[in-house]
Amino acid sequence: MKALYFAWVRERIGRAEEELSPPPEVATVGELIAWLKSRDEAYALAFENAAVIRTAIDKAHVRHETPIAGAREIAFFPPMTGG
Amino acid sequence: MTPTIRIQSAPFDPGHEAALIEDGRRDIGAIVSFTGLCRDEDGTLAALELEHYPGMAEAEIARVAEEALARWPLSALTVIHRHGRILPGERIVLVITAARHRGDAFAAAEFLMDYLKTRAPFWKKEHRADGSVGDWVEAKAKDDAAAERWNK
Repeated sequence: MKALYFAWVRERIGRAEEELSPPPEVATVGELIAWLKSRDEAYALAFENAAVIRTAIDKAHVRHETPIAGAREIAFFPPMTGG
Repeated sequence: MTPTIRIQSAPFDPGHEAALIEDGRRDIGAIVSFTGLCRDEDGTLAALELEHYPGMAEAEIARVAEEALARWPLSALTVIHRHGRILPGERIVLVITAARHRGDAFAAAEFLMDYLKTRAPFWKKEHRADGSVGDWVEAKAKDDAAAERWNK
């Protein structure tokens, strides 16, 4: 699946997007965050406070409990500050 | 009624957008227009950089607009949100609601802004007047509270 990162999540990871191939035991958005966090220091810093990270699957908001099966695009970003 | 939703880097003209809604209509009794501007924060801010999630920004604002249309009998609805570099004094966001009666137009406009703040995928970064790159603007708890009150 394609991963997208925005705002300070993007800056901390150092890239805006990449292809992810998580192992099959990674079933939910929250588990995907934990898996990414274990990759290296940059991801660990981006996701150090995982509870504040907002996520979207295929351009719609989802919660951390949401399964990732079938997702084409998953995005990670801080709370939004538009308007 | 199809809402008008635009995500763009270019400036917009609220008067022109309202005139487009009024044009040729005889059923509208009230138009409410909200414009959000970039503040200079007492001279310390040089610009805001608005990052957005292309595709999702449009989709999410469309979902919020559908919710507004389900709650209030609106005659017209326009939402425009800019992205990119925005200078103090420039306009960032526009919400226009039109209805037969002002109560629906006022309520829907406030609902739309409260929901856009917490659900539309935009992020503001500050560029300071002293030339340094500032911080990402932090989401405010009061914005979450403002959106939450519509669920009661």
